[in-house]
Amino acid sequence: MESPPKIELRHVRKSFGSLDVIKGVSLGVQRGELVCLIGSSGSGKSTLLRCLNLLEPIDGGEILLDGSDISHPMLDPQPIRQRIGLVFQSFNLFPHMTAFENVLLAPRLNKRIPRSRLKPKVEALFHRFGLQDRMNHYPDQLSGGQQQRVAIVRALALEPEVMLFDEVTSALDPELVSEVLDVVRQLKGEGMTLMLATHEMSFAREAADRICFLDQGVIVEEGSADQIFTAPKERRTRDFLRSVR
Amino acid sequence: MADGAAPLPGISRDAYNARSKRRGLIVASASTIVVVTLIYQLVPRAPGWARVKASFFDRDVLIDTFPRLLDAFLIDIMIFAWCAPAIAIWGLVIALCRDARTPALFPLRVFATLYNDVFRGVPVILVIYLIGFGIPGLGLSRTWSNPYIWGSLALILSYSAYVAEVYRAGIESIHESQRSAAKSLGLSHRHTMRYVILPQAFRRVIPANMNNFISLQKDVALVSFIGPVELLRQASVEKSLLANFTPYIGAAIIFLSVTIPATRFADHLIAKQNRERG
Repeated sequence: MESPPKIELRHVRKSFGSLDVIKGVSLGVQRGELVCLIGSSGSGKSTLLRCLNLLEPIDGGEILLDGSDISHPMLDPQPIRQRIGLVFQSFNLFPHMTAFENVLLAPRLNKRIPRSRLKPKVEALFHRFGLQDRMNHYPDQLSGGQQQRVAIVRALALEPEVMLFDEVTSALDPELVSEVLDVVRQLKGEGMTLMLATHEMSFAREAADRICFLDQGVIVEEGSADQIFTAPKERRTRDFLRSVR
Repeated sequence: MADGAAPLPGISRDAYNARSKRRGLIVASASTIVVVTLIYQLVPRAPGWARVKASFFDRDVLIDTFPRLLDAFLIDIMIFAWCAPAIAIWGLVIALCRDARTPALFPLRVFATLYNDVFRGVPVILVIYLIGFGIPGLGLSRTWSNPYIWGSLALILSYSAYVAEVYRAGIESIHESQRSAAKSLGLSHRHTMRYVILPQAFRRVIPANMNNFISLQKDVALVSFIGPVELLRQASVEKSLLANFTPYIGAAIIFLSVTIPATRFADHLIAKQNRERG
């Protein structure tokens, strides 16, 4: 029997005022799976990821983590958010703190672990992603790629079970994209459950276990990378793939 | 033959730029010297200058009264020194009240809004009269009838409203994405404020708040209206004794020696911030 999905969406709906952004999305992601969300801007990819991290309360449906509903409005979202890391397009590092302090902040406050106990763990994280000589730099002293990698490390420091990436390479200069995507590959190799909203079609094709094409707030088509890119069933998928090629 | 380019002068770009810069400096200096000389030569020839000079710029009066004015200025510095931190703290409290988001704290929000409306809408001197004369008038014991206490309280209440508005503008200027990032890491609202928003907001409003505190430095003189013999009051006393306005000029010089450098410094900080953000 197949194990229950690590994270599952059931008929999730979200609107901003009269604008329906997510119109009933259902999707399950298995443990260790890498799922890429593709689709044009405004298709709802980012909103979907923000809903999963509970940054946006959903208006209908439910979101399950390990089989239990995390989207109920009566639940305290703070502990849940720590189990689901989110990395943003614009990095959103805290500019008044060093890279090290950025990473240290949330574990120190949320888990009340003293700084001295956290320090070796955080340093090990910086080493793992080749950032050890950038720990004491401020964000504006780092390249975009380095900033984004620090942002990933910051999310990882809470030891999340799922990582969400919201167009994490879209704000980067082309030559810096690969260093960030390498981190995503590394996490996949380590068995992390990953969801990626992305415009990097070649990366999606090469690395994703599954691809979901979103358009106007619904999943139009989902399937393996090969199937979506070589034999899309839906006309809208074909049109989109032709437009980005 | 349709070569439109004019023949180039035999001088390099750098040399030309250096030369025009030098020329600009010389012209500016020369015109300044001319104007200053004219003022220096013409003003004393104006009819009535002798009386103006005797009344406002009497050198002997200035030398005689200046030490006492300086002593009195210590009282201004003292009042400023205990009001400024109190204003910084109380202003922050008001700003945070205005930012309160939970429904249960709605009354706090209303209070803070009203507070700012009232104290920014009323002359500082009115608050000083109201509190400085009114509260001791309730028949307090001698120690509590001290005008320093009530004058300072009036300044603190008034200026906190201005400072609170500046804080609030600073808090609102921090981009929503910073809140999102803190939230996504599971930080509570309180921790987000304390560790992410406020440290950035504080830095951003330092220059604007410096201007508030420069105003405060001047308005400390208003407390003299309810008793304390600080610089302005001391100057009034000297003026009455000597029937000469030079002590006021002396007081002005003392105020300016503090406010001008402080204003320049605030301007410098603002310019630096604009450069960094631009």
